[in-house]
Amino acid sequence: MTLPDGWELVVGLEVHTELKTTTKMFCGCANAFGSEANTNVCPVCLGLPGSLPVLNVHAVDLAMAIGLALHSTIASSTFHRKNYFYPDMPKDFQISQYDLPINSGGYLDLPDGSRVTIERAHLEEDTGKSTHLGGSGRIHGAERSLVDYNRSGVPLVEIVSGPDIRSSDQARAYASELRGILIATGASDGRMEEGSMRIDANVSVRHPGDPLGTRCEIKNLNSLRSLHRAIDYEAQRQVELLEGGATVRQETRHWDENLGETSTMRTKEEAEDYRYFREPDLVDLIPDAAWQERIGAGLGAMPAERRATLVARLTSPTSAQLDALDVVVDLGVDELVLAAIDANIDPSLALARAANELAAAIDDVANLTEGAFIATLAMEQGGELSATQAKTVLLELLANGGDPRAIAAAKGFEQLSVDSLDETVADLIAHFPDEWVRYREGDEKLAQFFIGQVMKLTKGQANGKAVIDQLQRRR
Amino acid sequence: MKSARDIARDVRNGTTTAEHELASSLAAIHAKNDELNVFLFVDEEGALDAARRVDARVARGDDVGALAGVPIALKDNLCQVGVPTTAGSRILKGWRPPYNATVIDRLLDAGAVPMGKTNMDEFAMGSSTETSAYGATRNPLDTSRVPGGSSGGSASAVAADMTTISLGSDTGGSIRQPAAFCGLVGVKPTYGLVSRYGLIAFASSLDQIGPFAKNVADAATLLETIAGHDPMDSTSLPEPAPSLVRHVDDGVAGQRVGVVRELFEGADGEVVAEVERATAALRDAGATIVELSLPELHLGLSAYYLIAPAEASSNLARYDGVRYGLRVDADDVAAMNEATRTAGFGAEVKRRIMLGTYALSAGYYDAYYGQALKVRTQLIDVFRRAYQEADLLLGATAPSVAFSIGEKTANPLAMYLSDVFTIPTNLAGDAAVSVPFGVGDTGLPVGVQLLGPGRSEARLLAAARVLEVADGRS
Repeated sequence: MTLPDGWELVVGLEVHTELKTTTKMFCGCANAFGSEANTNVCPVCLGLPGSLPVLNVHAVDLAMAIGLALHSTIASSTFHRKNYFYPDMPKDFQISQYDLPINSGGYLDLPDGSRVTIERAHLEEDTGKSTHLGGSGRIHGAERSLVDYNRSGVPLVEIVSGPDIRSSDQARAYASELRGILIATGASDGRMEEGSMRIDANVSVRHPGDPLGTRCEIKNLNSLRSLHRAIDYEAQRQVELLEGGATVRQETRHWDENLGETSTMRTKEEAEDYRYFREPDLVDLIPDAAWQERIGAGLGAMPAERRATLVARLTSPTSAQLDALDVVVDLGVDELVLAAIDANIDPSLALARAANELAAAIDDVANLTEGAFIATLAMEQGGELSATQAKTVLLELLANGGDPRAIAAAKGFEQLSVDSLDETVADLIAHFPDEWVRYREGDEKLAQFFIGQVMKLTKGQANGKAVIDQLQRRR
Repeated sequence: MKSARDIARDVRNGTTTAEHELASSLAAIHAKNDELNVFLFVDEEGALDAARRVDARVARGDDVGALAGVPIALKDNLCQVGVPTTAGSRILKGWRPPYNATVIDRLLDAGAVPMGKTNMDEFAMGSSTETSAYGATRNPLDTSRVPGGSSGGSASAVAADMTTISLGSDTGGSIRQPAAFCGLVGVKPTYGLVSRYGLIAFASSLDQIGPFAKNVADAATLLETIAGHDPMDSTSLPEPAPSLVRHVDDGVAGQRVGVVRELFEGADGEVVAEVERATAALRDAGATIVELSLPELHLGLSAYYLIAPAEASSNLARYDGVRYGLRVDADDVAAMNEATRTAGFGAEVKRRIMLGTYALSAGYYDAYYGQALKVRTQLIDVFRRAYQEADLLLGATAPSVAFSIGEKTANPLAMYLSDVFTIPTNLAGDAAVSVPFGVGDTGLPVGVQLLGPGRSEARLLAAARVLEVADGRS
């Protein structure tokens, strides 16, 4: 979507990511999604009287990894209490970082070459989760509310961008690139559908060159699609208000995915005074140089660098290859693809199998060894397996591991001998004389026709490339 | 009555049993609790279990620990598994913690027998134990008077010989002032010396758990038992517990004692007289007396009444009716929160929550809370400089002896002033001891206060012991 002429969109994003620690931020409870309600809880994360927080050092490791990946400055930091009443927040304050965050400044470069500045990336704890039953289904007007404190005290990093984003496409690209970085650092699994990455968008519009307009904050966008749609909707709403002579009211807004609309949650006048003050139950967090170096040394290449490494291996990248490459890096299987290319597998084949078959069972990718991946692709490339057969073998490897050659044999994927393929092709030519003549006269489309027929007769056991070789030889 | 150390010795050598000592303690509690209102809950079953475990350990020949079979009273802001814990508030009525405070685990390991929970000012906000939702506690030495507060129940328990030792907590004087009013030794340890895990918070940066005892050696024994690093409390000092008992008789020879004018000026004449007598006693025992004036100390009271309520306003937010304790139902969550807190908190707690909320509010933070933090930093520096001139400081614990029940309840500021000498130590995070020394005009005990830098407890207790001997208390 583009705004009407003369208007410019300004967006800053606040991305909350749950950190992939084993335990919660201030206690020893499991940090796990999907457990039975209120089973991963203890006096600390329930905020029972007398309980005290103790900082999880691994959460700090991951926060620093994020900071390093975003070129932030890591500094001594402190924790504050953000005070407000909410039933899913057991202490009725959230432990967060305020004026001295662990990571300040930094930037993120997007694939289109644009740069978005990072203002800060700080540590804080997550709240529990409320479910409102009956009535309105929201906290006001529900008949009953249930609270699950399993998420209470899960470590979060909030990454705040500068107001540098100028389109909903760029916002999506930023969120997507950031998600890749969070996964690459090991800080997060990036699962937006499970709420492990949630986005608030600060949206305003202005005439180019004017000071920033009044912004509205859209809370809790849980998918890249919602982010994109919500920004477009909100920008349009603000432009219409301003063009109609009205003003934009600074407020927090709720995005309704079904209606495709934002609506007022609370106005600036209703905004809470959080009464931030230093958390007296925690001491200062001082990441010394050795600690920072240790985290930096453990940090692998970020998605942009990994994409560049792969692109360099493609002679003249097609857009299909580039799309597959994005998927492969996003899924973190680019190392497998690089190894396959090193083993003389055609890059297109390696990219396609990784972006499709591996993507389909990415949760099981640990079952697939580099050797098995390369061997399967080599068999396909050498004509020992058809594409269909190679895909089947890969899926089996992902599900249960094993040896590709043994799997192929067990599934009866005996390669068609060259002789029997030769015979089949000869029969087909005899059976479809008109098509054969047109093919010989240069109608390349008919190659696909013959491949299709061979596949039908051999129930998919033939190798398409081998069929083409046969056809070429007889042409 | 036997001291705690005598009981532990006799239990360990088989002269008596924990169960027998428990029975004596229970008899005293049953005889006096109705009149004094000391215990909010007497844990007869739990105490019997604990005593029998101690006796079984002794029978097996185990080394039971320094408090073997010693009955102990616990302030009602210390969490103990399954034992009703209210912090003196209606809002926590009936709440039973599912976990033990670290100090309770350490007491049990050392063989102590927790007898139950003692009355206190609601959430430790008060200086007389009159703000408790469960009625005032009376001073056993004169039942028309308060025992001091906020740990008045724990002080009365020992003064009335219900137990020989008890634990309280001190945020602005809540151990030392009741110790003075009840004629006991009371210690406010260095911030971080004793784990706060399981202590229901009033003001987290000021709270410390500490002992009451009838004599210095028992106080040292109890403090040594509960002190030392705890990984569950991030503000806990890294070192293990210091040796205190071993140094109780070290004396004060060669020590420089700073007598601080601002720590007794304005006190009643009967109190000032005892501070002067204590000064002489320390000099006689070989200390060098240095007269000091620390005029900045008077800033402590106002800084404290901004910092402590500010932290309290946040610490007490969790009592919202959602998860535990009192709930007063209403149409929606916010209304339920409000109704619960309106019904559950008493006037003093509400006053401090409002003070603290105001002090932290946008537009007022810098003028109030921010300014108070600066004063706190300044006080830390004042003490640091004082401790270059003196090894320990001497003053009064409270401006008066125990006052009458109801005397100050109508005037919060008069009540707040009774902590004027004790508050600066909490703000500085340092250590201080109140030790009984002499009596006032009406025969009620006077407490003098010994103050020292962080981790100076051994030095302070040795000085307290000198005063104890000089006062003919042992």
